[in-house]
Amino acid sequence: MFRLEHLYWLVALFLIASALFNLRERRWSMAAFWAILALPFALGEAILRAHAAGAIWPAQLMGIGVIALGLLAARNPLKTTADTDAARAAREVEATRIGSRLFVPALAIPVVTAALYFGSRAAATHGVVWFETRAQSLLALGAACVIALVIALIVTRAKATRAVAEGRRLLDSVGWAILLPMLLATLGSVFAASGVGTAIAPLIEALIPIDNRLACVLAFGAGMVVFTMIMGNAFAAFPVMMAGIGLPLLVEGHGADPAALGAIGMLTGYCGTLLTPMAANFNIVPAVLLELRDPYGVIRAQFASALALMAVNIVLLATVVFR
Amino acid sequence: MSGEINYWPLIGVAIVVAGFALRRNPVLVVIVAGLASGLAAGMDVPTLLGVLGKAFVENRMLLAFVLTLPVIGLLERHGLRERARDWIIGLRGLTFARFLTSYLGLRQLLSMCGLTHVAGHAQTVRPLVAPMAEAAAERELGRLDRVQRERVRAQAAATDNIGLFFGEDVFIAFGAVLLVQGFYAGHGIQLEPLDIALWALPSAIAAFVIQAVRIRLARRALARRHAGGADVPP
Repeated sequence: MFRLEHLYWLVALFLIASALFNLRERRWSMAAFWAILALPFALGEAILRAHAAGAIWPAQLMGIGVIALGLLAARNPLKTTADTDAARAAREVEATRIGSRLFVPALAIPVVTAALYFGSRAAATHGVVWFETRAQSLLALGAACVIALVIALIVTRAKATRAVAEGRRLLDSVGWAILLPMLLATLGSVFAASGVGTAIAPLIEALIPIDNRLACVLAFGAGMVVFTMIMGNAFAAFPVMMAGIGLPLLVEGHGADPAALGAIGMLTGYCGTLLTPMAANFNIVPAVLLELRDPYGVIRAQFASALALMAVNIVLLATVVFR
Repeated sequence: MSGEINYWPLIGVAIVVAGFALRRNPVLVVIVAGLASGLAAGMDVPTLLGVLGKAFVENRMLLAFVLTLPVIGLLERHGLRERARDWIIGLRGLTFARFLTSYLGLRQLLSMCGLTHVAGHAQTVRPLVAPMAEAAAERELGRLDRVQRERVRAQAAATDNIGLFFGEDVFIAFGAVLLVQGFYAGHGIQLEPLDIALWALPSAIAAFVIQAVRIRLARRALARRHAGGADVPP
């Protein structure tokens, strides 16, 4: 069975290889950055097991590692390497030589992911388990990447080390931005452990007239958006806003339909995700991946749609939720 | 009731907002905010380091997409993006707006089937969707300058996000649906996941219509920039 742990080991191998490439080029801080980042992938399961058994020192060392990553990130500003004419010409030659066969490995990633995902669900009904059940689609993606890599090596006739070197080139160009999604999710956990949510809910409650249904709906919708923007994801905002406004005021006070309120409330939060740099994996990482000069370019492109969707969702909240 | 609540941890929220507004390095801002909130809540330093390290390890799933980078990097070096561009140029009827709108619909439908990891910024947007959208726009409007090119790419990323967000909630085994169900179950209200997922449909349809209009407006803005004589070589 292919388990999450195995997927993480693959990630660790790739990060360690990238660290070695940088080490060979004497780019010490970049090498240290990837080497430290490999730790949660190589040893994560062991750290969590030790924590569950009461030994928290490995997690504490990891905490020091996180701070070290932050300091290294501040020392390594993002820089994009300019595309040379020679490299561009070489790519055009290769594109002509290999032709449409180049699409085979590229499309193999989504197609094989889908095939493995449905295959594993079908196999599971016959008692055969391919993937650990808690992360089937992610594991399907991981396996598909390996299969697509093999196809790509055949199609391009390149050496396997070449693929690692090219992957490392992309990794270096994304740089510290790659850390943001993990770090922001971590911040969410630290905020929760520090009681940030319990401090915000009474502040919101104090501000709204609870007898007015529309005011409660607006406060709930706006709260979902703003709190999602602060926390970077709607999952963190949902329990806070539901416990503060949704359940006591809208469901119990004004008779809202719980299923509709939950679904549409969550989607209202997603409009906030489209607007915030805190949702780095959706908004900041792609700006770097697509080599945009403006780190907020993706957010700017989403701005109008996000506001329109927010209006639609709040109207839905105010109407269909109360039948 | 508010007498017993410690408001000091909110300092972390203030640090995040200020840090992003002042454009400090986001990685440092986030770490400092987390440390400040933890200390303000009265945690001692060893406990805080433990919370930080454990949470970091627990969220490592978010970095799994780096496994796509060796394949994508190798294919790019061998001309994948150039080939994607040439292929779109060969397809006469596929305009910029039609191409991105089709991708939006496909992304929503795949997400509704639970296939959220099939596409994404690293998997499909950078290697395929962005160069194809650029090529389609160039065939309609002629050569794009750097600003236009970046706007096209940003709109491709935005389309992927909106397709994902407003598709995945219709999938009953998706985390958001289970989170909603779990929240209510914890408060004594039993719901079927399907009842929750179906309520995500109206917003999903609205998202498709709104983003399809947005793509057409983006195309019009690109054309206006051309007509406005901003046609400088990239």
